[in-house]
Amino acid sequence: MNGPHDLGGQMGFGPVAPEKDEPIFHAEWEKRALGLTLCCGAFGAWSIDESRHARENIPPADYLSASYYEIWIRALDTLLERHGFATREELFSGRDIGQGAVPKRILKADMVPGVLARGGPCDRPVHREPRFSVGDRVRTRNFNPETHTRLPRYARARAGVIEAVQGSYVFPDDNAHGRGENPEWVYTVVFDADEIWGEGADPSLTVSIDAWESYLDEV
Amino acid sequence: MHNNHRDHHSHSDGHDGHDHHHDNHYSDMQARVRALETLLTQKGLIDPAAIDAIVETYETKVGPRNGAHVVAKAWSEPAFAEWLKADATAAIARLGYTGRQGEHMRAVFNTPDTHNMVVCTLCSCYPWAVLGLPPVWYKAPAYRSRAVINPRAVLEEFGVTLNADKKIRVWDSTAELRYLVIPERPAGTEGMDEAALAALVTRDSMIGTGLALSPETAR
Repeated sequence: MNGPHDLGGQMGFGPVAPEKDEPIFHAEWEKRALGLTLCCGAFGAWSIDESRHARENIPPADYLSASYYEIWIRALDTLLERHGFATREELFSGRDIGQGAVPKRILKADMVPGVLARGGPCDRPVHREPRFSVGDRVRTRNFNPETHTRLPRYARARAGVIEAVQGSYVFPDDNAHGRGENPEWVYTVVFDADEIWGEGADPSLTVSIDAWESYLDEV
Repeated sequence: MHNNHRDHHSHSDGHDGHDHHHDNHYSDMQARVRALETLLTQKGLIDPAAIDAIVETYETKVGPRNGAHVVAKAWSEPAFAEWLKADATAAIARLGYTGRQGEHMRAVFNTPDTHNMVVCTLCSCYPWAVLGLPPVWYKAPAYRSRAVINPRAVLEEFGVTLNADKKIRVWDSTAELRYLVIPERPAGTEGMDEAALAALVTRDSMIGTGLALSPETAR
């Protein structure tokens, strides 16, 4: 979707403000927000792709004025309600008013080291050869789905070169919407800045994205 | 309408405003997140001790020292550097760094010709297993919007000025590959051991918004 999250090349946000000796967390609630997001992710009810899409769906004015952990909590509320773990009334009153959905798994403290150390690999075999090879010239597709995609707007309908075949991975455009993992080959595609930004582009700049095969056409 | 609106407020007196426009629920994140944690704990869906364990992991165990170890080893052992180039996930796992947001690692090496810089324009993808949790600026619109169009200006905001003829390669992590920049080894570090070298490797130098420290600066 063309949401507020798709920020590449937008202007007007001002300079980057690196914070000297930045703390890992800026408030106690940020710690709990991180933990809640991971604990609820462990239910096994939604994928990382669905949670990314829930974040993208936050209205632009809210998204752009929220801190990142606030974005996570807003999306978490959506996911908990969508999957029946809590009603909207419960979420915003804080009062438990009855049984909801039962998760596949509840993350206990003693499981945390193992779960974090394993992570969630999303490479999957595909039973066909990659369509593109290193050095091939490709053009990204031009599409504007209202659904989840990982092809950023700035890199649509652009000609680039396949720099690496990175393996095959779960296809987020389907997986975010419960349409299956449908893995595809993923390629690193590199673009000259001039192809993306046109006049005035930095001639010393190249930009790459990692693109699923169905984002790409032969040139 | 007007009466209803007033009634609505009078009924809400003494409560936490759950009937108000949704934005109000997020005006006090400390209260919002505490209520959510309480609700989910009451429902038996989460173990608050698991949140503590997650937070402790990212406060004390998983952080940029992991990545610095990887870089220092790559500087010290050409065979390890070659392994990192060929299979970063396996090479990094050998040092004990695996798991969440490090499942599919790629190492990109700065050279005298090319400076690498990593961004996630679409969300906040970041190699947690080697760098820990991302800093706020990495997740914020200013960096995500500008890194792909004007990285030189962004670098200046980090106090980094590259020669005009140095090429810049920006990696937008749009898929599940996570990138670790291997900065150039600073001059004057011949004969330094791995631990001393690791002390020169800053977090920002592994994102590409900084350079490794010189031995004089680090002192």
